[in-house]
Amino acid sequence: MRELGVIELREKIKAGEIRSVDITQEYIQAIKQSKTNAIIEIFADAIEQAQEIDKKIQQGYTGKLAGVPIIIKDNILVEGKHASAGSLFLKDYIAQYTSTVAQKLLDEGAVILARANMDEFAMGSGTEHSAYFKTYNPLDTTRVPGGSSGGSAAAVIENLCAAALGTDTGGSIRQPSSYCGVVGMKPTYGRVSRYGVVAFASSLDQVGPITKNVQDNALLLEVLSGTDIHDETTARNQVIDFSSRIGKSLQGLKVGIVQSVDAMVQGLDVESHYEKMKEFLQQHGATLVDVQIPHLQLVLPAYYIIAPAEAASNLARFDGVKYTSRSQSAQTLNEIYTLSRTEFFGDEVKRRIMLGNYVLSSGYFDAYYNKARSVQAQLREEYIKAFQSCDVILMPTAKGEAYKIGGKANPLDAYKEDIFTVSANIAGLPAISIPFGVGNHKLPIGMQFLAPHFEEKTLYQVASYVEKHKEDIHGV
Amino acid sequence: MEYDVVIGLEVHAELKTQSKCFCSCANSFGQEPNTTCCPVCVGLPGALPVLNKKAVEQTIRAGVALGFEINKTAIFERKNYFYPDLAKAYQISQLVKPICINGHLRVGEKDIPINRIHLEEDAGKLVHGTDGKTLIDYNRAGVPLIELVTDALKEPHIETANEAVEFLEKLRQIYIYAGISDCMQERGQMRADVNISLKPKGSKQFGTKVEMKNIMGFRSVKRAIEYEIARQKEILEDGGVIEQETRKWDNEKGINFTLRTKENAQDYRYFPDPDLLAVQISEEEVEQIKKSIPILPSQYKHTYMQEYALSEYEADVLLQFKHVNDFFNACVAIYPNPKSLCNWILTDILTKIKTESGAGPILISAQDFVWLVQNVDNKKINKINAKEDVLEEIWGTSKSAEEVAKKKNIMIDINDQALDGIIQEVLKVHIAVVEQFKTENDPKILNFLVGQVMKTTRGKANASVVMEKIKKFTQK
Repeated sequence: MRELGVIELREKIKAGEIRSVDITQEYIQAIKQSKTNAIIEIFADAIEQAQEIDKKIQQGYTGKLAGVPIIIKDNILVEGKHASAGSLFLKDYIAQYTSTVAQKLLDEGAVILARANMDEFAMGSGTEHSAYFKTYNPLDTTRVPGGSSGGSAAAVIENLCAAALGTDTGGSIRQPSSYCGVVGMKPTYGRVSRYGVVAFASSLDQVGPITKNVQDNALLLEVLSGTDIHDETTARNQVIDFSSRIGKSLQGLKVGIVQSVDAMVQGLDVESHYEKMKEFLQQHGATLVDVQIPHLQLVLPAYYIIAPAEAASNLARFDGVKYTSRSQSAQTLNEIYTLSRTEFFGDEVKRRIMLGNYVLSSGYFDAYYNKARSVQAQLREEYIKAFQSCDVILMPTAKGEAYKIGGKANPLDAYKEDIFTVSANIAGLPAISIPFGVGNHKLPIGMQFLAPHFEEKTLYQVASYVEKHKEDIHGV
Repeated sequence: MEYDVVIGLEVHAELKTQSKCFCSCANSFGQEPNTTCCPVCVGLPGALPVLNKKAVEQTIRAGVALGFEINKTAIFERKNYFYPDLAKAYQISQLVKPICINGHLRVGEKDIPINRIHLEEDAGKLVHGTDGKTLIDYNRAGVPLIELVTDALKEPHIETANEAVEFLEKLRQIYIYAGISDCMQERGQMRADVNISLKPKGSKQFGTKVEMKNIMGFRSVKRAIEYEIARQKEILEDGGVIEQETRKWDNEKGINFTLRTKENAQDYRYFPDPDLLAVQISEEEVEQIKKSIPILPSQYKHTYMQEYALSEYEADVLLQFKHVNDFFNACVAIYPNPKSLCNWILTDILTKIKTESGAGPILISAQDFVWLVQNVDNKKINKINAKEDVLEEIWGTSKSAEEVAKKKNIMIDINDQALDGIIQEVLKVHIAVVEQFKTENDPKILNFLVGQVMKTTRGKANASVVMEKIKKFTQK
């Protein structure tokens, strides 16, 4: 039963074929036996939650996620439970309130089973920067599961849960989904509330689902979406109909192909899959349309200015004064700040804080931050213009299969991993990664589609079609 | 050498609102420490600010009352610095696009230019214990604060300590009258930073400015400015150079000392707060607020002097405390004799309510007060009786003036004939004095006789009537 998706499991529970408490127990056993380090903590009350939902189900309760165990990333708060964002700074931190996304899961009857490992404060591409331990890719434990939501994606493919939540600031849902062979969605910025989610880069962060199939993903996003009075940046008057086009054909669909992406893909491991996807789309009635996104060339530098700038400010509250860990050797106020931050932040986080403060500092602000914001504005316009001639845009999610643990020791190499994913965050667009065959090492390769703002339903249409028909293609 | 003094002011005032600036916690003073806070105020991970529209409204109100332009789009920015009372390690403030720009305030014959009023959040408060420990109270964190900054680069300048204090007093009155802030300085609801520079008389080139932060109380502002002007003059006259720095005013010692030099100036790394949307302000909204602005002190003053024929001094004293002015207006509405009411209020009411730091409440109703003033004006009660027997008796109680006056039998209700009889009796008793008066015509003697009659009538006669009668009787 562990391999079942959300909807399948919910229906079996509803039909009385299995109780929530039984499947929860199975997952807990599996987590305990797992050697991939996907999970930081199984919540002590998971069984209790399941029992309560079982009771409610017996009385006729029908939540969209009734009885379904879901794992959340370690940066999502649930009142009374630990949430550490993969950092020693929050090692002993217990959330004082529940995030909107977790509340929405609970409101639909989900069991919040465990918290998944992640790169510290979501900064990383391989879950190698967790302060606790590295997570291994369940499909090849010498390789990373991707990051920063590596624990979440690994847990889904390893069947440690029915589905998981991740967060995506520059690809942190999509890239691990690609590496683990699961479906990952980064919704339109403003689709999902960020309230109660430890912030990395506030203007880019979005919570999204990581699932075993497309239909589950659409369902979970339906649960998560909506205006939140606690988050001004959530969009008003949202239309939430993500499943409405699932099952429709690709006939007449216009798929944008960015010429500069074609060039970037050349010679990468992902090239043949990318080309096969184009063929597949055309064979199934879609039309390929050339589009130009000139500022895509500058998106990585823009991202590595905006994200660290916001992060430097967001992470300043971790100062050793209040609810965080505090250095034992600190005597003065200044030492509380400097020693605590020296001791409890990892190197990658420190690197980005320094970078962020540098680009914001007086004399450099215009040269870096403002320039990056102007790149962002132009990129956004270019995408909006491109979408006048196409419904979705195709790109790879990552350069290829999951890389070896320790394989991106140079931070710049790791940053370049994000080349295909960051533009959706910078432009605020929705983007989905779906498994599309395996590469040379028999590990999954993901393909990514981007859509106009709030057009997630088109992404689910394409993704579910590909999911259903990809077996037709040789080598996929 | 003669110098021109240029004084700049930055004035913080806490806004009067139900809730705080970015959350729904109560904006109230004097609560138990850390009881009016939530995840937003204490900067918990994942907490997000949500703008209180009322705070924006109040800021616009301040702008409108001072003749500012209101920006159609205003943005919030983060001012980043570490301090334990600043939970997020950044203050949400405004730099590039504040709500109000380009206003002015009339001081004497000068229209002092004001650069801006922006909205920001207050910080918490450190409480230093005697045991060497410091505690933090976050109740004040997030209280809406407006900062007004004069434009010292434009003429006319504030040039003297007295002008600065007049500016502050006028500003305070406007804030109070328009319901923008209570401006209670003892509660820190109004705080001023002052910067001062000196230049050779007539020079176009500004001198180096020195800033003094958070001076509490206008009297201290005056002393601090006078001290700093003298200090700078002395340095310049000795051929020295003024250092650009921030100095702290020590009110007890009456001196200031260096707090921070230019080299140690903080770089606040301002950038737009990604958690908050830009504020859009429509012309309709500004018009609405304009209409809702109550009568301001300058308008009252005009009415009092032009229509009520009060002196400037009288008008200023009436306007000094809003509740006194409100009381005056309530009384004028019932009894349109402003001159008489003003006399009473300035002498009898103010002496009762004035305290060292301001004025206490008026503990008599306008109706009762008017009844008294009117009856004295109509010669139905003697002023001394009205004051001592009625005003004192009913002050702070729910007793009615009329009932007390009647119960004490002090109404002037002796008829003319009876009064003549009493006067004749008194003159008989004091026959020797009467003879003396007849020869000397000494007003002191007359007063004595009037006093004797009043005593006999127990104040129920009108003294001036009695005086006329005595004169008449003694002439015979």
